[in-house]
Amino acid sequence: MAEVALRKVIKRYDDVEAVRGIDLDISDHEFIVLVGPSGCGKSTTLRMIAGLEDITDGDIMIGGDVVNDVPPKDRDIAMVFQNYALYPHMTVAENMSFGLRLKHYPKAEIKARVTEAARLLDITDLIDRKPKQLSGGQRQRVAMGRAIVRNPKVFLFDEPLSNLDAKLRVQMRIEIKKVHQKVRTTTVYVTHDQVEAMTLADRVVVMNKGRIEQIGTPNELYHKPATRFVAGFIGSPAMNFIPCRLEDVGGKLNVRLTDRISFPLPPARAARYGALPRTENLLLGIRPEHLTESHAHLEPGVETFDTVLDVTEPMGMETLVYFGLEGTPICGRVDPNAGAKDGAPMRLAMDLNNMHLLNETTGAVL
Amino acid sequence: MADVVVEQGRLSRAASPRKRASLRNAMGRKSTVAFFLTLPLILLIALLVLYPAFYSVYLATLNKAMTKFVGLSNFTFLFKRETFWMVVRQSCIFAITAVVFKALIGFIVAHFVHNIPGKKQRKWRGMLLVPWVIPPAMSTLAWLWLFDPSYSAFNYTLSFFGIGPIPWLGDTFWARFSVILVNVWYGAPFFLIMYLAALKSVPDQLYEAAAIDGANWWQKIWHITLPMMRNIIAITTLFSLIVTFANFDIVRILTSGGPLDRTHLFATWAFQVGIQSSDIPLGACVSLFMVPILAVAAVFILRDVNKRGNEA
Repeated sequence: MAEVALRKVIKRYDDVEAVRGIDLDISDHEFIVLVGPSGCGKSTTLRMIAGLEDITDGDIMIGGDVVNDVPPKDRDIAMVFQNYALYPHMTVAENMSFGLRLKHYPKAEIKARVTEAARLLDITDLIDRKPKQLSGGQRQRVAMGRAIVRNPKVFLFDEPLSNLDAKLRVQMRIEIKKVHQKVRTTTVYVTHDQVEAMTLADRVVVMNKGRIEQIGTPNELYHKPATRFVAGFIGSPAMNFIPCRLEDVGGKLNVRLTDRISFPLPPARAARYGALPRTENLLLGIRPEHLTESHAHLEPGVETFDTVLDVTEPMGMETLVYFGLEGTPICGRVDPNAGAKDGAPMRLAMDLNNMHLLNETTGAVL
Repeated sequence: MADVVVEQGRLSRAASPRKRASLRNAMGRKSTVAFFLTLPLILLIALLVLYPAFYSVYLATLNKAMTKFVGLSNFTFLFKRETFWMVVRQSCIFAITAVVFKALIGFIVAHFVHNIPGKKQRKWRGMLLVPWVIPPAMSTLAWLWLFDPSYSAFNYTLSFFGIGPIPWLGDTFWARFSVILVNVWYGAPFFLIMYLAALKSVPDQLYEAAAIDGANWWQKIWHITLPMMRNIIAITTLFSLIVTFANFDIVRILTSGGPLDRTHLFATWAFQVGIQSSDIPLGACVSLFMVPILAVAAVFILRDVNKRGNEA
């Protein structure tokens, strides 16, 4: 078990810079998830920690030691690959014990560790099978078992659930969390699925174009995104961004969305945004769950407006409604019994207590 | 098309009288269809392989003038000749040594070529295949000149280092060395190309997983590359063993079996005995001896290939 640190890590392939100076501190026992769209450099970062890719510049430290030039086999790490990378000619037990056998551990200890890991992952019955005879989920367990028996300083997961179907993915997600609760090994987990990131992580690292956009707990990222990218990437359906402008109406600060719609800001928000220039092009960020059907008794800071719905998507526990505000497509979440229908008019309520204001040019959340 | 036939067979089964139904069943079975589709090839093989094979068995039972049936006496005669046993030994030494070196060189060079990036790799692959593409009868002539007692380019080069002259084709050891060398030169590219294809089919992630599991380069080869390639290795080795065992042209051109029959193989000796000495039954008898030896090798090498084939 150990902490991992990245200092100004850069990875360049010929003329492409895949990772552009990353600083990251991962503490002991922590479960860190690197998340971002494909090509954001998250897998490259993980592979650099593993030692499978050389780093162009910067330092990587595991347990306080700089490991830049240490080969993977001497880094004391274990990795779970997207396509499992099980050795097809070895049985499950042989796959799991391969690393220990290479290090000439005593036979009894190897057996004990494999048995223990198999019990933990509930694959005791499969121990003598070859990978070909296993299902996707079982293979994934074996791949995790191979990592666990080594008892390494750090676990690295490279999109381990991408090859599984949706139901199994949810199940394995919980399994991974359970395993981490038991073994408490420092874990770096890469995924492009923000739900996986949110559900598994102690802290999430959102990456984009080779840089870290934001590091934070799942709740911090969700409720206090630092940039437009994070605000739009975390949460499903994604946050709505509506072009807007601030204006003073009768001594109060308003946010104007369209010619017809202008809402007064709640006092807390007004204080926060009061100093912003009134001419600046801004974006109002509002999550779909803060765009709901209108009630008779609205809380302060919740404003209503009328619109015509384009499309509705009944999800069972909620209905997603899609409409446009001067050409900007917007998504809201309403109660399934609120009577939302395709093409029908509807009065919606926007909870401005949970709004975000973003600079349209820089994308920074203000 | 086969599927349509199958369907028709099934549909009409219930309605037809019993006998005709079973005929239609037979016609409808996929294996029957497959048999008829491959029949032309089977006939061709029978004509070109089975007929000569049985004919040579028949020939081996005749006397030298080919007028009388003599049973197995040609074989008993062979068993008593020392040259025959020498040829058996030489063929085994030749084939096994050559195949081992071809496989080793092919394996090593395949690794090098595998690690050459993109476009350059294609050039190297092309160049390295050249020995295998040139008809061996022609390339062996070039080797013959290289080994020439008076004008040998090898001896000329070696003379600068104060070595030689080496009697490449005149001395038992060097003659055997030379024929094996030329065979290895000719056959290694085949192994190279087969192993290269096999190497490319091993997923990179297995090596990465092994690297993280703590394997060094040798352990990666031993625990990953070799097990993943063993089917290809087995089949290539068997194939090459058969071809090398039955080699004719290289020995025929370089040494004609000399000095003193010390480089004769089954094929060249069978040629000498059968054609040059006009004892065709005895020649057929010699060449038939390759069959049991190769059959044993095939059983040993191909054992488990079927079973292993399903792992990956």
